[in-house]
Amino acid sequence: MSFKTETIEPGTELMTVNMGPSHPATHGVLRLILTLDGERVVKAEPVMGYLHRGMEKIAENKTYTQFIPYTDRLDYLAPLSNNVGFANAVEKLVDVQVTPRCACIRVLVCEMSRISAHLLWLGTHAVDLGAITVFMYTFREREVLYDFFEALTGTRLTTSYTRVGGLARDLPAGFLDEVGRWLDRFEKELDEYETLLTKNTIWIERTSGVGVLSPADALDLGVTGPNLRASGVEWDLRKARPYLGYDTYEFEIPIGTKGDVYDRYLVRIEEMRQSVKICRQAVKRMPGGPIDVDDPKLVLPNKEKVLTQMEELIHQFIIVTEGFEAPKGQVYSAIEAPKGELGFHILSEGGPSPYRMKIRSPSFVNLQALPKLCVGSLVSDVVAIIASLDPVMGEVDR
Amino acid sequence: MTLTESVFRGPMLPAAHGDEVTTRAVAAVTHKFPHAVRETIAFRGEQTLLLDTAALVEVCRFLRDDPGLRFDVLTDVMAVHFLDRDYEYEVSYVLASYPNNAVLRLKVRAGGRMGRGNVPTVTGVWGTADWQEREEWDKVGVVFAGHPNLKRILMPDDWEGHPLRRDYPMEGIGA
Repeated sequence: MSFKTETIEPGTELMTVNMGPSHPATHGVLRLILTLDGERVVKAEPVMGYLHRGMEKIAENKTYTQFIPYTDRLDYLAPLSNNVGFANAVEKLVDVQVTPRCACIRVLVCEMSRISAHLLWLGTHAVDLGAITVFMYTFREREVLYDFFEALTGTRLTTSYTRVGGLARDLPAGFLDEVGRWLDRFEKELDEYETLLTKNTIWIERTSGVGVLSPADALDLGVTGPNLRASGVEWDLRKARPYLGYDTYEFEIPIGTKGDVYDRYLVRIEEMRQSVKICRQAVKRMPGGPIDVDDPKLVLPNKEKVLTQMEELIHQFIIVTEGFEAPKGQVYSAIEAPKGELGFHILSEGGPSPYRMKIRSPSFVNLQALPKLCVGSLVSDVVAIIASLDPVMGEVDR
Repeated sequence: MTLTESVFRGPMLPAAHGDEVTTRAVAAVTHKFPHAVRETIAFRGEQTLLLDTAALVEVCRFLRDDPGLRFDVLTDVMAVHFLDRDYEYEVSYVLASYPNNAVLRLKVRAGGRMGRGNVPTVTGVWGTADWQEREEWDKVGVVFAGHPNLKRILMPDDWEGHPLRRDYPMEGIGA
């Protein structure tokens, strides 16, 4: 791709500008080929694939359990949420229901990673538009969340927390009390972030009326998640197709009215408040009992027994090396991830690994709206629009 | 081609209502396109219609525009390559009706003994099919006939072959 000028009509000279793939405002390795008429964008063409690792090909060659660590690397800002999405899909295929405690923990970690992902979006979005202070605040809070994830899973980022039919480990001692205290504090923090932006004149000038996505276009382009809701479409899989008992939690779905960058900001801020509400209910009701289903063909045996007894050692060895036998069939299972509808579409021909697995990533589909939103806007608005769509390239390129 | 009239804004209906609409949609398509439906499959609460490739676009348009069904969103497109079947490709489309909270899967088969490995594009029905079909062609090699911009999207522009075909080695070619 060379930089060139082309003339379409007399007196109009268009310039092609390359933005990315390593540009601080493209949030990863996204490249945009912008055609400009002065400061106005005439055409924007996204180029993806710089982070393509062939996840779906890898999935065909791994057992279901072995693929869980790869899901961490999809939307690496909310790995727990991807873990849950994948485990849900495989559980639908093999037809098992997780235990109440497992479902409640999964809801809790999903909502905590939603807050974590939205905090990163808020911080970077604000930096992109010049409000660096917000970034410092949100990253401080993300550190606390990472501490929780580390206590829970052993790692900050590559959590691999779910197992088919259960979880890798139970909650550590005192975890729920700590989370409860943090939730109380965090709600006040959120108000503080809002005082920095929501009524800030510069922020409103930069975001209001910019990158308007109409509800008709949003549906046509398959946009999901906060981006869709900001356009005024009330659609959330947690309510529409409740999984993990989401229908028993009390929360609301914030929706926007105009579908501009400012609305997408407001919707995500409010989503964090609703997530706090869900987390609080999960902490309060956390049921006791086992975290794994009672199915020795699916779930690894108790670790202590593996280390002391021969039968359990053999049992663990077989599950780890051979995996479990999944039935023939095709399932599509989706969750409301922080970015939108994260779906796993599995075609099984029997055996321990999928014959083909498609990862329907929300960022990939949402990004398709970018060219439409950029046309007619200023170059500086492109930065605001990308940030407001909140794509994460690990998930776009897979 | 976009949905300009009566765009869904909410509220969401219960999933049980959606499942009824899905059953109705299967019956309506079978009734209206008796020669197009090859098979209906139900698995884990999901309904699938296996269609004749030639009728795909017409059925999609019907499902989108019928006032009682309104499948206004194409959620997912997945193409699969086979080496040991009568057909070479199987393409699945997951459709969603937000107004009715319904989900339906359509499937078509192409290639091999079923003729050329072409599937008609549904970009004219849902705009989102543009990138999704490009991606599936890029990975699997199934040609979406009539697609306005069928070029590489995840793989580099000068890549040869389609990595998710069954005869494409895990390590890559020439590795």
